[in-house]
Amino acid sequence: MEIKMKPTRDGFGEGLVELGQTRDDIVVLSADLTESTRAAWFKDKFPERFFAMGVSEQDMMGTAAGLALSGKVVFACTFGAFAAGRAWDQVRVSLAYMKTNVKVVGTHGGISVGEDGPTHQANEELALMRILPNMTVIIPCDAIEAKRAAIASASYPGPVYLRLGRSGVPVITKEEDIFEIGKANLLKDGKDVAVIACGVEVYEALCAHEALKKENISARVINLHTVKPIDKDLIIKAARETGAVVTAEEHTIVGGMGSAVSEVLSQSCPVPMEFIGVKDRFGESGDPKELFKLFGLTADDIVKAAKKAIARKNARD
Amino acid sequence: MAKQPDINRLKKIAKEVRIEIVKMLNCAGSGHTGGSLSMVELLVGLYFYKFKCDPSKPLCSTRDIFVLSKGHGCPALYAVLAKMNFFSKEELCTLRKIGTRLQGHPQIGLPGVEISSGSLGQGLSIANGFALGARLNKDPKRVYCLMGDGELDEGQVWEAALTSAHYKLDNVCGIIDYNKFQIDGRVEDIKGLEPLKAKWQSFGWEVFEIDGHNVKEVAEAYDKAEKIKGKPSMVLAHTVKGKGVSFFENKNKYHGVAPNKEELEKAIKELETEK
Ligand SMILES: Cc1ncc(C[n+]2csc(CCOP(=O)(O)OP(=O)(O)O)c2C)c(N)n1
Ligand SMILES: [Mg+2]
Repeated sequence: MEIKMKPTRDGFGEGLVELGQTRDDIVVLSADLTESTRAAWFKDKFPERFFAMGVSEQDMMGTAAGLALSGKVVFACTFGAFAAGRAWDQVRVSLAYMKTNVKVVGTHGGISVGEDGPTHQANEELALMRILPNMTVIIPCDAIEAKRAAIASASYPGPVYLRLGRSGVPVITKEEDIFEIGKANLLKDGKDVAVIACGVEVYEALCAHEALKKENISARVINLHTVKPIDKDLIIKAARETGAVVTAEEHTIVGGMGSAVSEVLSQSCPVPMEFIGVKDRFGESGDPKELFKLFGLTADDIVKAAKKAIARKNARD
Repeated sequence: MAKQPDINRLKKIAKEVRIEIVKMLNCAGSGHTGGSLSMVELLVGLYFYKFKCDPSKPLCSTRDIFVLSKGHGCPALYAVLAKMNFFSKEELCTLRKIGTRLQGHPQIGLPGVEISSGSLGQGLSIANGFALGARLNKDPKRVYCLMGDGELDEGQVWEAALTSAHYKLDNVCGIIDYNKFQIDGRVEDIKGLEPLKAKWQSFGWEVFEIDGHNVKEVAEAYDKAEKIKGKPSMVLAHTVKGKGVSFFENKNKYHGVAPNKEELEKAIKELETEK
């Protein structure tokens, strides 16, 4: 079967346009990355509800807060590296602390940014965002989920961080699939190991599932699209029933989704865990596919990690 | 005939507000004395003359908006809001204590407080957001934003200054408490701002330079600002840090130190006998 490739930012752009059509309280801001973030698709249709903020991420977050306090639902769009990095204090005080209804949209997450290199590859923002009280953190796995996440976040009170990607990624969900903020999706059942993935790593995890099946290893696959609030129940159940967990994310393993999962499991159901992700280093320029190999983010890497986690489990018995 | 400010009334209120501020700070045992006392007339001239609000309906949709960007000056705001009856005067002595709505820096939730602040430099952007929101909502409200002079070192202020001018936000009125001091010393020694009026003008703002302790000048500046169309206005108010108490005035030590019991008694005596 041929797999359709589409960037999550495109799904987001479609979601914005749909929101613009159905709700007149939606306002969009962009910090001079209007085409790249797909905010332009909204701007073209609803120019009176779009404001160009120039290269001023800090100012954008504050302006978004003021608009939100005036009753608007505001999408503030830039690259993830700048949303969380440059404007973190503004996100902390003017959004999270005040619980303003601002949806921060960070595109160009992870090393799949590719050639632009380390300054533009956000590998840290999930951590920076999830440590903030009141913040919701969502990382859709494909364009369909991104569209639904955009629409769902508009009706979800308070600040939300939406992590999107630049490059085309396989479309693996369907329009009719259930998407609920804070509720992880069980994609494949399995009993030997659980692979908990987010973003584009969900596709890699599904590929790993097939590869492991050929070796008679049954891997559960969970799409943890909401990193915060985290779906403790599904995670604990998976750990309890499989006894071994692999997390996979296109993000540093320091403080990211894997860390969030291990915070849950170390308290409620400690099992051997392996972490797939960027290993405490900056990204680099290159073709995204090759970078995924170099950084150890492929299905093969997940397969190896799964076997290691299972071996550690068996050694404990 | 246009509404005229009642100068004697405003002066009397300013004096009472100063007394509340020093009492409140003494009761809390910590807080920002100098920058609270320098902004008193700027608030009194606004709230007791110009400002549209209904303290019994603090979130009334047609209200004007006041954004305190220099959050550490909140004792002055709290004293004014209590005097306006947004909440009771008794609550002022809970400042900075466990469980209080009067946090060490303003927190949304206290009636009359529009934003949480304390991290300097963020207010003007939020004021712009309110102003754009008002424009979209076809709401004639005005949005005021008070900043410190040291606060102007923050780059975000100048990002926001560009935004207000670019979007011709004539419903925005900035206010600068130009008391010439920041924590590390005199503003001119730490990071000079002059020529400050020309800077704001060159950023596309109409600037009203006034004596920020003269309530008549303050009130008239807000009146004039309201008439400016097509661009934002800035009230550049020359003030004295610690104003009203001789031993606090221009003594930067009292930037972040509250009066002790002895200082409080002396301060109240001075404030009460001041004409
Ligand atoms: C972003 C940020 N950096 C540092 C501080 C610590 N701080 C509190 S007040 C202040 C000086 C502010 O000077 P100014 O704006 O002139 O205030 P005023 O003289 O009116 O008290 C500083 C640096 C802060 N609150 N926020
Ligand atoms: Mg000062």
